[in-house]
Amino acid sequence: MFPDDLYYTEDHEWIRDEGSEYVVGITSYAVEQLGDITYVELPELGADVIRGETVATVESVKAASDVYSPVGGHICEVNDFLESRPELVNEDPYGEGWFFKLDSVRVSELNKLMKADAYEAYIKSLEK
Amino acid sequence: MSWIANTEDEQREMLRRIGASSLEDLFTVIPEEVRSGRLALPGSMSEFAIREHCAELAKKNDTSLVSFLGGGYYDHFIPAAIDALVSRGEFLTAYTPYQAECAQGTLQAIYEYQTAICRLTDMEFANASLYDGGTAVFEATTMAVRITNRRRIQCSPTLNPIYRRLLETHTFNLGLQIQTGVDPVGAACVIVQNPSFRGTVSDYTDLAQRCHEAGALLVVVFNPVSLGLLKTPGEMGADIAVAEGQSLGIPLSFGGPYLGILATKREYVRKMPGRLAAATVDHKGLRGFVLTLQAREQHIRREKAMSNICSNEALCALRALIYLCLLGPQGLKEVAHQCYAKTEYLKRLLPAEWLADNATTFNEFVVRLPISADQVVERMLTRGIVAGLPLHSVGAGEPTELLIAVTEKKTRGQLEFFAQSLREVVCS
Amino acid sequence: MQLIFELSKKGRRGVQIDPLDVPDVSPPSHLCRHTDLRLPEVTELDVVRHFTRLSRRNFGVDTNFYPLGSCTMKYNPKVMDRIAAEPGFAQLHPHLSSCPAFLKECQGALALIYHLERLLAEIGGMDAVTLQPIAGAHGELTGTLLIAAYHKDKRNEKDLVLVPDSAHGTNPASAAIAGFKVVEVPSAPDGTLDREAFRAALTERVAAVMLTCPNTHGLFEPAVQQIAEMAHAVDALMYYDGANLNAIVGRCRPGDLGFDVMHFNLHKTFATPHGMGGPGAGPVGVNEKLAPYLPGPRVTKTEEGYELSEPIKSIGKIAPFFGNFLVAVRAYAYIRMLGAEGLEAVSANAVLNANYVLSRLREYFPPAFQGNCMHECVLSAVPFLQHGVKALDFAKALLDKGFHAPTVYFPLTVKESLMIEPTETESRDTLDAFCDAMIELARDASESPEKLHAAPTTTPVGRLDEVRAARELNCIYPA
Repeated sequence: MFPDDLYYTEDHEWIRDEGSEYVVGITSYAVEQLGDITYVELPELGADVIRGETVATVESVKAASDVYSPVGGHICEVNDFLESRPELVNEDPYGEGWFFKLDSVRVSELNKLMKADAYEAYIKSLEK
Repeated sequence: MSWIANTEDEQREMLRRIGASSLEDLFTVIPEEVRSGRLALPGSMSEFAIREHCAELAKKNDTSLVSFLGGGYYDHFIPAAIDALVSRGEFLTAYTPYQAECAQGTLQAIYEYQTAICRLTDMEFANASLYDGGTAVFEATTMAVRITNRRRIQCSPTLNPIYRRLLETHTFNLGLQIQTGVDPVGAACVIVQNPSFRGTVSDYTDLAQRCHEAGALLVVVFNPVSLGLLKTPGEMGADIAVAEGQSLGIPLSFGGPYLGILATKREYVRKMPGRLAAATVDHKGLRGFVLTLQAREQHIRREKAMSNICSNEALCALRALIYLCLLGPQGLKEVAHQCYAKTEYLKRLLPAEWLADNATTFNEFVVRLPISADQVVERMLTRGIVAGLPLHSVGAGEPTELLIAVTEKKTRGQLEFFAQSLREVVCS
Repeated sequence: MQLIFELSKKGRRGVQIDPLDVPDVSPPSHLCRHTDLRLPEVTELDVVRHFTRLSRRNFGVDTNFYPLGSCTMKYNPKVMDRIAAEPGFAQLHPHLSSCPAFLKECQGALALIYHLERLLAEIGGMDAVTLQPIAGAHGELTGTLLIAAYHKDKRNEKDLVLVPDSAHGTNPASAAIAGFKVVEVPSAPDGTLDREAFRAALTERVAAVMLTCPNTHGLFEPAVQQIAEMAHAVDALMYYDGANLNAIVGRCRPGDLGFDVMHFNLHKTFATPHGMGGPGAGPVGVNEKLAPYLPGPRVTKTEEGYELSEPIKSIGKIAPFFGNFLVAVRAYAYIRMLGAEGLEAVSANAVLNANYVLSRLREYFPPAFQGNCMHECVLSAVPFLQHGVKALDFAKALLDKGFHAPTVYFPLTVKESLMIEPTETESRDTLDAFCDAMIELARDASESPEKLHAAPTTTPVGRLDEVRAARELNCIYPA
């Protein structure tokens, strides 16, 4: 149900290792909870962030949610398309709906994140 | 009298259905020792008796005096259609339009109000109303702090002293530096008022540019009626425009309810406090209106909301909208023009050396008198005139300075009688 | 329906202004407006017809039962509006209070303020009341600022405010704007405050505890006195959110429950119509701990009449003058008309009506909590999710039955919540009609859910596309 090549946080962000960079977005579960996304406030390009820091905000009609950085690193790219097309997050949360990219990542912090099967179990525990 | 419909029989039947033996039975969860027993309040009154009683109280307030009081709150003419329309129960007794389909009247009115305010000010977005002009200055300030991440606020020395005091009180525990001046360097915003508290008119276009070069926002506090004549906040390049909307068809009401107006540029709309209506369509493609960007507000974002505002002044915003529609562009221009021209006429009837500010004024000006302003207003009262506001009473000027307001309602005869009386009481 | 801007015809006017009777002069051009003033050009009849038509697209208490939970949509007697329109109140300039020479011209207004403050103090069990706060949330902000001033004065280093998860969003928002950090305290399964979690959260850093009582689950907090005692033991002050005062007015006073500061929602409890969202008023009552910090000026009574004074340690000004004075006028008249017995009847029947609705609906919509409720009941539409029907669908379908919807999706602690507050002014006939409609909808939800999905069909527009509204942000008429 959740892609195997990603790491997940308890706050429903995902992060993918793309070699020199890491891509971050929010999971399909988060998107389902929020409903139609109407706005994404992206992080500042070039910012150094620590794990768990609030870096973005995502809004739907009836909810707003902070997005936290899954690991520490340096924000090297943001997905500007989301500003005019927030619906990309609904349509393709693991692809075109990505939020930002990190480099200079604190790789050791990836160990603290969940793999797909653990995240799936975690979601099941939330739904109880 | 408690406007309760249920008869005693009905109450008994309802209690039976609930499974309670008495009305008191429904309150057993409240510990005995904290029940208050009968409150020490005066006995109840009939509708007739309360009308008489309140009419007596109202009569102890003298509204028959010819008044030149202003100081941010003005006695303009209010067309009768406003009262007739806002007292319709469908407006008066509705609440916040949470169910859009049965609140299209409210939502369309808010949309029209937002449009009217933006056209009046040349700004791009306006919210559905805040409490009053002073709290609107506070909301504009916290908005500027959110946008710039700076904590220093510069207030023009001629900002309404009440607004300044409200700003200081509301922010005293936030660690902001509220300073007097108009230096944008390092500031979140510079707050200016046009016309100023002393009635003087300026053009803040250059200041807007300096603000933007310094990364600060320009907040312009405007008088809505003045915009029938004077340069708008949008023309000057203001980032946030706020106002007391009382002049737009809202009675003076001894201080409230009034109307806080706030308008801004498109880029700042998500940092704006307060409700916002938007046009959209229903499933058949029919135009309709909803509240939007609610995720900024307290009921969704709680402690991270842009503001804590919930109840606003929607009915006063409706008054303002109807006022602007009734006056139209020509009417508002005429009202503004008359305020200006009649003020100028009165200034010319007074000794030139009394005029405290050598500047263009709008509907208000300051005279510096040879004797104390307190003495002058006492003496003028005996002639049936409230001569104006002694500035020192609001901590804004010299003891001899008097702030005199003139609206379109004043006649030439009243202005001449005022000028003659003022000369006489000062010289007597 | 057209917008007023779409009715505009060049040259039409709604008001005639007297010709200028003094010499015509204009300010210098560089200070003048050079953009078009694009307000509508319409006649008075255009305006009257347009806004009358608009009004008919609204539900109000005067036209429909309006059981919006937490909002106390009671009937507001028309006499209050008439009294508030007295020229001696409505046309009174507020700066008459700014200058001692003018005070004799506004003695009636000052007397009313003085007496209403005393009446509210008696009703709340408080020592002093300020009428300045302009709305309920503004009262919360005022109250938390008073608490901040108190702790600053005592050099208490406190930065936290405890707020239950069931609280209105204004509570955490107000505390944050007053400069505090908010700590959320969970509710226990029975809907009251989780005592253990509260105990754990209550440290020396806690400046205040904000409670709504009865809470937004419609339940009286049975341990409120113990909670207050524990809070006071660490010098945390107790804040009472008066949103639900209608449940206990006249029979139990927040001050006697151990609260130090409270706000009253005059528009909810004391007869000001809600005006599509306002104006309301949120007077704040305090006990002797906080009285020295109240905003000024205060109205005092002397042998010569009513005068003004400034509390020594005042936090300053919260409103330009005395708050929403015309709302205060209505509350004064309402309280004087009712007297103590009338107020008791208000809470008795508010609670009776809510429990009656609960008793009729509980077998169809499971109550979120066991037992009787106070002035409102919280039900859940969760059983209908299996048919694809949500609380929102019930809300929309009720509109077609001629009823305003209850509050839905609040409190946040209850899934698919329907929060129903009938108020004391509704008759059993109305409640029965409403309950019958709800029961019918419950049947429809299981048997033909598409009926609810299609609702509303009788309103001027159907369900509106909120996503499109938020994405396009068409908030002013572009033409």
